[in-house]
Amino acid sequence: MSSVRVLVGTRKGAFVLTADGTRRSWAIEGPLFGGWEIYHLTGSPVDPNRLFASQSSGWFGQLIQRSHDGGATWEPVGGQFAYDGAPGTHQGFDGTPHPWEFSRVWHLEPSRDDPDTVLAGVQDAALFRSTDAGESWHELSGLRGHASAALWQPGAGGMCLHTIIVDPTAPNRIFVAISAAGVFRSDDTGVTWRPINRGLRSEGIPDDDAEVGHCVHRIALHPSRPHTLFMQKHWDVMRSDDGGDSWTEVSGNLPSDFGFVVDVHAHEPDTVYVVPITSDSLHYPVEGRLRVYRSRSGGGDWEPLTTGLPQEHCYVNVLRDAMAVDSLDECGVYFGTTGGQVYASPDAGDTWSAIARDLPAVLSVEVQTLT
Amino acid sequence: MIRVVLPPHLTTLIGVHGEIEVDVEVPASQRSLLDEVERRYPVLVGTIRDPATHRRRAFIRFFACEDDLSHQHPDARLPGDVESGREAFYVVGAMAGG
Repeated sequence: MSSVRVLVGTRKGAFVLTADGTRRSWAIEGPLFGGWEIYHLTGSPVDPNRLFASQSSGWFGQLIQRSHDGGATWEPVGGQFAYDGAPGTHQGFDGTPHPWEFSRVWHLEPSRDDPDTVLAGVQDAALFRSTDAGESWHELSGLRGHASAALWQPGAGGMCLHTIIVDPTAPNRIFVAISAAGVFRSDDTGVTWRPINRGLRSEGIPDDDAEVGHCVHRIALHPSRPHTLFMQKHWDVMRSDDGGDSWTEVSGNLPSDFGFVVDVHAHEPDTVYVVPITSDSLHYPVEGRLRVYRSRSGGGDWEPLTTGLPQEHCYVNVLRDAMAVDSLDECGVYFGTTGGQVYASPDAGDTWSAIARDLPAVLSVEVQTLT
Repeated sequence: MIRVVLPPHLTTLIGVHGEIEVDVEVPASQRSLLDEVERRYPVLVGTIRDPATHRRRAFIRFFACEDDLSHQHPDARLPGDVESGREAFYVVGAMAGG
């Protein structure tokens, strides 16, 4: 029988939640790496028992942890992320040039083909690759070498490269998203890059449709339709049908188009999920009601999903890497909150229940469907 | 033998309880002591000092003999009581909270 393993990264450690395919009863293991920030915990699609965790601390720096047995045991591996060559500068908060300075790994993206290859998105924004299962890391410096890089600037969360998507049908095509620079695409396995932000409009920057400078919070695609991308931007939910060359807004009837997460149903490429947040200054759900919104038409027309979610006095946030789906026949949807709850829906969002409560603030949620 | 007290985050990382003891040639300095600590526990590389510059991480402090040694030159000689093992060398995560 199939089973599901939910990998949860939090402000104070990692947790592993497991259930059989019914997804009714959950076992919780953790905290792993107690006291450390786990920005991301994820598994290899090739070898699901190989897990990687980004373990960091403002005091003690960055480590990468690796497991070969599905999280039963872990070993620290390489945590050295050195920028390629002279780091150069980007814009600081005050508009002056600020040297690129590594602080943490936000996101790990294991290869779909090779269990030893992993990409890492870091703050200050850059992309690294390991081909020895996390032991050593080398920057794909063509991204940071783009002519626009000196103009990139941090969002409130830091200047982070937080989303990495490798096209499942064309592994030489990589999408990354950076706050606050925008989306970039490489068609040569990360050697050269170009910004793909045409159609984005952002009120918080001097030129609202500039080539770079947009605070993209998350992008997602369905593996069967890799030219269609969905985006939750600082404000606005967007869609592209040409691999990011152009974007159109699909916020439609959402109660707020501010938010962080966006994800796509495992089997229905036009079914998309977001969690509207009130505004950039009010990082909690609209009207204190935690609602996931689902579009079955690829955006534009959205329905609220509320069954089992708190509908009063709820003031948590759902951060950008904290939503995932499983690939069981009836797609499961999962998300974590800054209040420490992990919610799961075994029926594509129709009903929800908390499968963990009172964890530290959740930073990331990943799901492995095990057979 | 120099006694080193590490913060809980780091003792958890290296899988020890309590303080560690390291053999360091006398005269000893912060640099020679931490070089030896990192040699014995490679996972600590980068957690106390920047891995490239070997400068103390911003939120790390070094205490010994009721003094703050954080701002001393890395090659300055450690107090005799630390060299002799009478007093421990403390690696401390700077206080934070509200």
